Amino acid sequence: MNKTLNYIREKFFSSPIDAFLTISISYLIYLTIPPLLDWMFISATFSGESKKECVSGGACWVFVKIWFNRFLYGMYPNDEVWRVNLPFGILVVSIIVYRFLNEKYKKYLFLFLIIPFPILSLMLFSGGFLGLMPVETREWGGLFLTLVISIFAIIFCFPLGVLLAMGRRSNLPVVRYFSVGFIEFWRGVPLITVLFMAGVMFPLLLPAGTNMDKLVRVIIAITLFEAAYMAEVVRGGLQAVGRGQYDASKAIGMGYWKSHIFIILPQALKLVIPGIANTFIALFKDTPLVFVVGLLEILGMVNLAKTNPAWLGMATEGYVFVALVYWIFCFAMSRYSLSIEEKLKTTN
Amino acid sequence: MKNIMKAIGSLSVLAFVLTACGDGGGAKKTTSTLDTTKSQGFVKCGVSQGVPGFSNADASGNWTGIDVDVCRAVAAAVLGDASKVKYTGLSAKERFTALQAGEIDILSRNTTWTLERDASIGLTFVGVNFYDGQGFMVRKSTGLKSVNDFKNGVKVCTNLGTTTELNMADFFKSKGVKYEPVVFEKADEVVQAYDAGRCDTYTTDKSALAAQSTKMKDPTEHVVLPETISKEPLGPVVRQGDSKWEDVVRWSLNVFIEAEEYGVNSGNIDSMKESKNPAIQRIVGAEGTKNGEALGLDNQWSYRIIKQIGNYGESYKRNLADTNIMPERGPNQLWTKGGILYVPPVR
Repeated sequence: MNKTLNYIREKFFSSPIDAFLTISISYLIYLTIPPLLDWMFISATFSGESKKECVSGGACWVFVKIWFNRFLYGMYPNDEVWRVNLPFGILVVSIIVYRFLNEKYKKYLFLFLIIPFPILSLMLFSGGFLGLMPVETREWGGLFLTLVISIFAIIFCFPLGVLLAMGRRSNLPVVRYFSVGFIEFWRGVPLITVLFMAGVMFPLLLPAGTNMDKLVRVIIAITLFEAAYMAEVVRGGLQAVGRGQYDASKAIGMGYWKSHIFIILPQALKLVIPGIANTFIALFKDTPLVFVVGLLEILGMVNLAKTNPAWLGMATEGYVFVALVYWIFCFAMSRYSLSIEEKLKTTN
Repeated sequence: MKNIMKAIGSLSVLAFVLTACGDGGGAKKTTSTLDTTKSQGFVKCGVSQGVPGFSNADASGNWTGIDVDVCRAVAAAVLGDASKVKYTGLSAKERFTALQAGEIDILSRNTTWTLERDASIGLTFVGVNFYDGQGFMVRKSTGLKSVNDFKNGVKVCTNLGTTTELNMADFFKSKGVKYEPVVFEKADEVVQAYDAGRCDTYTTDKSALAAQSTKMKDPTEHVVLPETISKEPLGPVVRQGDSKWEDVVRWSLNVFIEAEEYGVNSGNIDSMKESKNPAIQRIVGAEGTKNGEALGLDNQWSYRIIKQIGNYGESYKRNLADTNIMPERGPNQLWTKGGILYVPPVR
């Protein structure tokens, strides 16, 4: 008992300022947490079919329940959602299996995941073959769209960023100036402007009759934008690799590409894992901006749902739900990058 | 230095190639939208990203609303099935370019008909399906009965950077009343501020006032003042220079409204076939009527609109009255019943 008291005194009340902070923070917690818990759980309504059932004054989770499929899949036809679930299910299983596979098979699984898998998934999402009902991209939405945009942008922006980073350090002036120009251009414009150009202005420049899917345009725009940031992160890593590594790889007869692929990049990328993870998380959280070109990702779907005459006034519940979804994904990405860092840790 | 020149040289070649690629833009399609719509089998309709009662999705992903019904009417007329519509949710900023670029063929997204929009951006408004206008909401306890009762120092809650804010400024200036604007970015914030008593009145389009009031603690405490301080005629828009398509959309809307005038609705249209009134005979597509042919459609086009969607009054009731968004029809009542809804005769 005395031990506990001593501990509390030492940690929380060691000086008048500490005591003051402890008391005021406790008071703040007392003021905010119980009403929050009460709103979220105790007086919340979980069962029911409409807004009328929410009379308790707490959160109305019925809203999220009824709209759940829309928040997850957008306007994707309800009978076809297995076509979305299947590839994402395979992706999750593969990522888990990947951790336990031995090195020999890992390579194959990795190659499968980055080349045939995205193509097959896209075919399944859009349908139109083997009797599968075609589903146009305008019907894609919700969390599904958020993930499609971020996963494809991540897959494409990473190699492009690495190439740009190498280009910026190249001795060939055309390559160097092009890379510098590209990076500075895309870093200098706000993402919302880029999306607006891709979504709204670009179709006006195309010859009449030709049309490029809006989702494709948006993914390309986000990819180019994020590649510029990725390039600068990777360049930081390239600079941190010692001069000796470059000289040594040259000395054993390796050319530019060989030395970069086998010696320089593995070391450089390892150093900048936190920066890369940062860029990916930022990219993921930038996706709600596609709202300006009329794509309804998860936040857009919540905004649409809350304007339904039968569900007016449900904004808070919707936003809390979206915040939770975003937090889960961002936290998972952050943990995953930490575990990779741990695994690749070597003492230099 | 030489290297820099080389780089500039190659970049300008690249720029030249890119500009050359862009040159084909702006050329107009020569085929009519009516023919392409018939061959592709669906109507491409641009709607909002959620405006209560006008265009909205429900939890099963179906679009509903009074603006949506215009697109459904065109689909019923042209393709025979009101459900053959592909909807694209558009933000206010991109709506006109989406129409110009051919991403959509009808823009039905509570768009105000103004001279500038009609004349300068290559678009044509085909009619009005809702007469909106800016109004004021106050607490019943204030006892205010009219906008003329506002006194100096009145606090007004509204949205930031919209025409609403400008209309409000014009209005108070003309009345010589000093007011204090309290502006917010989002409609939700405005409503909360007003509900919390931070302002004496809340102003926005009348179609939104009633809908927003359902978010308040006690909606019955508030009342919308009778005056309207701006004109906001909302209607569907098509591309300029395609008169066949323009006519189809215009007359689909007109017959939709005229059917209500003659009492033809989705329930009684089959029995109305017996009617002796020539105007009704034209709506139900009785023998000898030639309206459909003139539009490039068959003569049952108007019958299908009313049968599948109902007339304007039914659509209004379903989307705006039953949902308590705007229970009173006000100016959106037929001209025969004291409103200003008046369409040219369908003959």
